[in-house]
Amino acid sequence: MSAAPERPLIIEADALTKVYALGGEEFRALDGVSLRVRRGEFVAVMGASGSGKSTLMNVLGCLDRPTTGRYLLAGQDVSHASRSELAEIRNRFIGFVFQSFNLLPRTSALENVELPLVYAGFGREERRERARAALARVGLADRAGHRPSQLSGGQQQRVAIARAIVNAPSLVLADEPTGNLDSKTSIEVMALFQELWREGLTILYVTHEPDVARFASRVLVVRDGRIVSDVEQAPERAVPPRGSRAA
Amino acid sequence: MNLLQTLPLALKALLRNKTRSLLTTLGVVIGVASVISMVAVGEGAKARIEGVFAGMGTNLLIVLSGSTRGGGMMGGFGSLPTLTWEDLEAIRREAPAVLRAAPTMMTRGTLVTDAANWTTGVIGTTPEYFDVRALRVEQGSAFDAADVKAMANLIVLGRTASDRLFGAGVNPVGRTVRVRAVPFLVLGVLQRKGQSPMGTDYDDTAIVPVTAFQTKIQGGLQKYIGGAIAVSATSAADTTRAQRQIEAILRDRHHVTSGTEDDFSVRNLTEIANAQQQGTRALTGLLAAIAVVSLLVGGIGIMNIMLVSVTERTREIGVRMAVGAKPWQVLAQFLVEALTLSTAGGCLGVGLGIVAARIVSSRFAFPFTLRLDMAALAFAFSGVVGIVFGLYPARKASRLEPIEALRYE
Repeated sequence: MSAAPERPLIIEADALTKVYALGGEEFRALDGVSLRVRRGEFVAVMGASGSGKSTLMNVLGCLDRPTTGRYLLAGQDVSHASRSELAEIRNRFIGFVFQSFNLLPRTSALENVELPLVYAGFGREERRERARAALARVGLADRAGHRPSQLSGGQQQRVAIARAIVNAPSLVLADEPTGNLDSKTSIEVMALFQELWREGLTILYVTHEPDVARFASRVLVVRDGRIVSDVEQAPERAVPPRGSRAA
Repeated sequence: MNLLQTLPLALKALLRNKTRSLLTTLGVVIGVASVISMVAVGEGAKARIEGVFAGMGTNLLIVLSGSTRGGGMMGGFGSLPTLTWEDLEAIRREAPAVLRAAPTMMTRGTLVTDAANWTTGVIGTTPEYFDVRALRVEQGSAFDAADVKAMANLIVLGRTASDRLFGAGVNPVGRTVRVRAVPFLVLGVLQRKGQSPMGTDYDDTAIVPVTAFQTKIQGGLQKYIGGAIAVSATSAADTTRAQRQIEAILRDRHHVTSGTEDDFSVRNLTEIANAQQQGTRALTGLLAAIAVVSLLVGGIGIMNIMLVSVTERTREIGVRMAVGAKPWQVLAQFLVEALTLSTAGGCLGVGLGIVAARIVSSRFAFPFTLRLDMAALAFAFSGVVGIVFGLYPARKASRLEPIEALRYE
């Protein structure tokens, strides 16, 4: 499934730079990145460590502001938003999945999934209902009361994915989502991402494994703070091996 | 998300570390408990002093006659009789701040019954004395003005004197005691009053009409009152006014001109009581100040733990910010946590303080006085401590950058 031209733009970034001062020297983590991502794309961002792909994800995720350049997320200019405004944008438009899951310890799966809804201001009942639906969507309806320590790595990452989609975001950003998982579980998680993508979700994920990038519909390669390659491809279908839990 | 929703968040976070939360509140518990118990002890001491002075008489002033002076020897107040019966009448009549005035003549005398004898202070006075010194007659009655006029041989005994002469628990009303071989009819017995702060037994006394005292115990009726005048002012606030009025009247009557020394003196016992009260109040203040310091130390304990908690939960803060927590919401969460710790400590402290105050009161035989306003104040102060000492860690949390917080190991 390739991005049809009539689909609305989710990401509209022009000449983004991010410059850090390191011991008096300038370090350009982003050096003029322009990028357009339309709704319903499934994008893999590849690059060696230090290539600037994490900085790019942080800027696209509104966790960090670009030094210069213009960034429109779902049509809204967020280049100059305050910290508080960025928090609200993240809450309404973006879902995050991290390499190390980043679930709150000693807190049930359901409560973890509820977290974005707490800050969105939903009442208790609606939070419960929507969080349960999101957990069911990732196949963990029966694990709602479990704490992260009682779940396997794959299950934890699926709870994190439920948390990322619970607020119906315009964009899901995943930073090395399979980095801490074995290959079998990685494929399960990627199969889940593909399913969500087929249902219409826009997903951007960072990986350094070509094997994992194969599942995307488009692959970006970042080097020295620039996008050096941008290729659309026919995604390979992620098929979980036999005996694994259907995602 | 509003402020109200941060409360369950804070509670959850605190309950995750029950032991730590409990130990952290302990500082505030001890602080608040000591504020409350110290103030209660101070109030108890104050109430005891008040009780003692109330026992001496209500709004009491004592007018003493002048001092003898001979060959460089000063005899002291009361050694030279200068107060006359006319002076007494003038005080009763002309001083508006004076409620009652009673002559007080006193001698040590031996009271004799058929079975026993007992030496005690015998007081000759008028019926006003009972009111001025707050004496209540428990059995029988007091003598009245007519008895004074008739120089009746009547006697009212203190409980100690009665017990010594007639045996404990015996009602002596209607029986006779002899003083200097003169028989006096026992008219009444006073209610027990206990001891003065100096250990004097208020109940070891005997009271007779002043006329009988002069004619039958002393040499005969005299122009001068061989003793003092006990005065009660119309109210506690009026004691100083009463003192000034009495001094003015007596100076006028005794022709004391400015520059010469008074030939009498007026002692204001309410003032003495007030001075004592101030002493206790200063002590209470000091104890409360120490308690407040311990409350502050409790606050520092909270700040310490909150800082540890912010560091420990850096990743959690990062996650919360990533999913949409605004800086003020993070600030509110940690502030509410600190506030919950400190006010929980405040609640426990109020309870513990009341228990401690009860124990101390009973140990030192103070009346137990709980000042609810102080309890409320200490509780409110614990809340302030929570906010003040929680603010710095909470600000630190709210200023974290989400990317760095997420990366924190």
